[in-house]
Amino acid sequence: MSPREVRLSTTPTDDAIADLRLGDVVYLEGLMYTAREGVYMRALEDKANIPMELPSQSAANFHCSPAARINPDGSFDMGAVTATASFRFAKWLPEWMAKTGAKLIVGKGGMSSKDYKEYFVPNGAVYLSTVGYGTGALLGRGVENVEAVHWNEELGLAQAMWVIKCNKMGPFIVASDMNGDCLFERENAKIAENVARVYEGTKPAVLKRYGESDDRTDEVI
Amino acid sequence: MIPISLIQSTAETLMDKAAIEIPQDYLDGLKHAAATEDGDLSSFVLKAMLDNYEAAKEDRRAMCGDTGVPRWFVKMGNEARVEGGMVALEAALRRATANATNGVPLRPNRVHPLWRTDHDNNVGIGAPEIEYGFEPEGEWIDLITVHKGGLFGTDYRMLFPSDGMEGIKRFYLDTLMAFGKRGLACQPAIIGIGLGGSKDICMCLGKRASILRTVGSRNSDPRIAEMEDEFKELGNSIGMGAMGFVGKNMVIDCNIEVGYCHTGGMPMSVHAFCLSSRRAVARIHADGRVEHRTDPDWFTDYQRRETVEWEPQKEAAE
Repeated sequence: MSPREVRLSTTPTDDAIADLRLGDVVYLEGLMYTAREGVYMRALEDKANIPMELPSQSAANFHCSPAARINPDGSFDMGAVTATASFRFAKWLPEWMAKTGAKLIVGKGGMSSKDYKEYFVPNGAVYLSTVGYGTGALLGRGVENVEAVHWNEELGLAQAMWVIKCNKMGPFIVASDMNGDCLFERENAKIAENVARVYEGTKPAVLKRYGESDDRTDEVI
Repeated sequence: MIPISLIQSTAETLMDKAAIEIPQDYLDGLKHAAATEDGDLSSFVLKAMLDNYEAAKEDRRAMCGDTGVPRWFVKMGNEARVEGGMVALEAALRRATANATNGVPLRPNRVHPLWRTDHDNNVGIGAPEIEYGFEPEGEWIDLITVHKGGLFGTDYRMLFPSDGMEGIKRFYLDTLMAFGKRGLACQPAIIGIGLGGSKDICMCLGKRASILRTVGSRNSDPRIAEMEDEFKELGNSIGMGAMGFVGKNMVIDCNIEVGYCHTGGMPMSVHAFCLSSRRAVARIHADGRVEHRTDPDWFTDYQRRETVEWEPQKEAAE
């Protein structure tokens, strides 16, 4: 069975978000900005003014550093775009969402259902995962235009805040919903049923590590 | 004498090819995986990846937005000579890395570990890494670039002889499970396992097993080759596929490389070369010919030699 395909605005209505189901495939329309640790630290810890009107211009935060350059004439070339793993940004996301009204967090690997229940759902936000990972060329085709890049001098090209105009940009997969359920945890639970059988005939290392877990349903994030 | 300008221009072409063109051996492996995959979501992911490789080639854009950490392996025939010597060669590879980062473009991934300084060109202290190998004969030089992802899918552990094969399997599965969940390792991957060597070399062996050998290659030791088949099967029996979704394709192939280690230990490393297995190779001959390929052909009999002296004729006779 093929996943359901959905077109979604980067300034989505609450109804549009409530309609999303885990595993839906999403294509985005509208402005999306990249923000990861560099932008979060500058905006939230250094209290720099965010150089966009959020969320009216965009409610979509992409955990991404693009493969891109700024040309000598000030124009941009953006080749491939893919996401970086999002779990590392849990420290800043609650404050970021409260400040910017972000409704779509787009990244790699998702967050935990605890994160979703604690601050995604109360903010009316869901998580969209990139696919692969590594559909950088397909996503690059969905970038109709690079509208601006902010803070590139302060943060470097990889950590800068890139503002891109999406035109049927995708695919992304819906990885959380308004119940706060987590697609990856659902899949982990299914896989866990088989794990004991796979491990038959193996044994733990003779030298332990501090903090080591023997529970294969645990995650490392 | 190989002209330095030819080394730099070839290196720039290799940077471009590695970022954009998925190697045929990996592509064949992934097509086979896609044909056998029956998990709904993981099938969708594999199909999207196959579309992505086409889009990258058509548009001449990098296949993945994270273009990895570019690095170089240089192999030389014993009679090869480079214009300007090895210092000139290193400068040429650093220039090619910087130029291609802006040219392709690639993501400028390399930063200072503490100060996060980014030169926006993938060049800095110790970056790109340049490692060397030599072969007994030849006036050629092989340039190999690999742009491996830099964050997830790799682990190291000092095991001991008493851990045995059961312990090796456990650590292998632990690494696949840990980094396979949520697809952090960007699987299905070419899994490289390093066994033995000093601790640092154990990491190198595993990394080289994943990035410098092709899908379908087998270790020249038949018992290790059997392990490679068995470990590929074991990894694919977890029930985990692309992105950590339910599926049956986690390992496109498993390559194992070994080195002699301390008699009391059995160090082991596991590495995952991802859905964008970026590698490109060119041989530059003394007469200026350049031959492009995607198989690094790194692990020759000479690289795996066990004896004090290299005596190829004796080896051939045996």
